[in-house]
Amino acid sequence: MTAALLELQRLEVSYGGIRAVKGIDLTVADGEMVCLIGANGAGKTSALKAIAGLLPVARDSVRFAGEPIGGRPAFELVRRGLALVPEGRGVFSQLSVDENLAMGAYSRRDRAGVRADHERVLALFPRLKERHRQLAGTLSGGEQQMLAIGRALLSKPRLLLLDEPSMGLAPRVVARIFEVIGEIARQGVTVLVVEQNARLALETCNKGYVMESGLITLFGDARALLGNDAVRKAYLGE
Amino acid sequence: MDTFIQQLINGLTLGAVYAMVALGYTMVYGIIQLINFAHGEVVMIGAMVAFSVIGALVGADTGLSAPIIVLAGGVVAVPLCIAVACTMERVAYRPLRAAPRLAPLITAIGISIILQHLAMMLWSRNPLAFPQILDNRVFHFGAATVTSVQLAIWTVATLMMAALSILVYRTRLGIAMRATSQNPLVAGLMGIDINRVILATFALGAALAAIAGVMVGTYYGIAHYTMGSLLGLKAFCAAVLGGIGNIPGAMLGGLLLGLVEALGAGYIGDLTNNWFGSNYQDVFAFIVLILVLVFRPSGLLGERVADRT
Ligand SMILES: Nc1ncnc2c1ncn2[C@@H]1O[C@H](COP(=O)(O)OP(=O)(O)OP(=O)(O)O)[C@@H](O)[C@H]1O
Ligand SMILES: [Mg+2]
Repeated sequence: MTAALLELQRLEVSYGGIRAVKGIDLTVADGEMVCLIGANGAGKTSALKAIAGLLPVARDSVRFAGEPIGGRPAFELVRRGLALVPEGRGVFSQLSVDENLAMGAYSRRDRAGVRADHERVLALFPRLKERHRQLAGTLSGGEQQMLAIGRALLSKPRLLLLDEPSMGLAPRVVARIFEVIGEIARQGVTVLVVEQNARLALETCNKGYVMESGLITLFGDARALLGNDAVRKAYLGE
Repeated sequence: MDTFIQQLINGLTLGAVYAMVALGYTMVYGIIQLINFAHGEVVMIGAMVAFSVIGALVGADTGLSAPIIVLAGGVVAVPLCIAVACTMERVAYRPLRAAPRLAPLITAIGISIILQHLAMMLWSRNPLAFPQILDNRVFHFGAATVTSVQLAIWTVATLMMAALSILVYRTRLGIAMRATSQNPLVAGLMGIDINRVILATFALGAALAAIAGVMVGTYYGIAHYTMGSLLGLKAFCAAVLGGIGNIPGAMLGGLLLGLVEALGAGYIGDLTNNWFGSNYQDVFAFIVLILVLVFRPSGLLGERVADRT
């Protein structure tokens, strides 16, 4: 068992008195690919936002590479190697593809490394290469998702958080996106992905967590979860 | 025809000043959706500081040439104005960033009043007069004239606006400013410290305002602690005309407003059979504001309405 890169301990998230995440424990080891699945409103996005520094949480409830980071601002966590691809992609629609990618590398100073990674991302997503001067707002949904992922990669993350990368995309595009996420994981980036498409997520990942109304109800080996009766009924439509 | 050319020349001069000030309104609005009504006061402080420096240098009989003395005024005014604007952001606006929009707006009006009165106490109730040091050379075009001060204003304004455009559209900071204005949360996820970007935006606006203050002061030959209010309001109208939040829009809106005002002042007497004289020139900015708000609320170049998702 390798060391935990991300560790949530009794993580709670509240929106003005209403608790959306009610004390969850979750561990992602270095090099793992983990998914978090659950119904609408279960609190998955809230958990990811809390990890990424977008919501106020207790300091010790989030540990990254051994350090407590709960409540640290997002911009600081990026420098430590944590990147979030937010729900709905969040590309800067009035910036070009290249400018969006440049913002992904904002916290880096190694110009040569950034240029090389920029080229690598464009090679990973040839459709972005063809459109590199186009405004991001004019890209298709799938292209925007690729841009959001590529942009996150440019910060050279150790841990990549993805919030519903399949949202609103055609099945063929979703398959391609998950192929790429698998590719990224094989290159050594640790991945935690929130996903509605439970089957695809569990088939791609090594480990899975199931979240219901703010709590983790099940977790374990992804293959085991695929065979679990409760999961099959609730999330795989069988 | 000669009136026309002359008023065109005067309008371009005024317009250059309006554009420089309008940029400060529009950049701050673009990034935090605040109409910084204290921005006009920054222009005033720029003019007052520059006058003090210029007055001191002239009094000290340094033998420096007039343009160098004016330049020195600007060189002192710019950092001071930046300090004032950044203090304003840090102390008054930042704590209110999550508050309902009326709160910072009222705060801005309060700051504007405070700054005016501080300036009154620091300098004087009475207008400061510009020492007669510039040999204002006059160039003739038919019956129309251009002064060397006007030429200097055009040159400096053009250079400053070109530099700002390069900064905003070509540099890392500029892209970060535009990213923050589109989506501050996601900007944070990129590793951008949005507080610093917002401060930088205030600083840039203040630098332009300080230079604009030196320009109007030199152009009209006086500076007064209330000069920022009307000038600021007009520049705000210019920013709305161009599309608030839109940087090229502020430049265009400023120039157009200057032209409308100058041409309006030049012809209002003829058109109304001398019922109204050129002293009604101040009214045009507000007529323009009302027309824009009624017929094209997003302004000439504004497209931000669709952008806020
Ligand atoms: N900004 C907010 N203010 C108040 N309540 C919120 C806010 N954001 C989320 N919530 C509530 O928190 C709960 C969890 O929301 P969250 O977005 O984390 O769920 P989710 O699992 O990501 O759902 P989905 O699959 O639909 O994206 C929901 O009940 C939601 O209404
Ligand atoms: Mg969600």
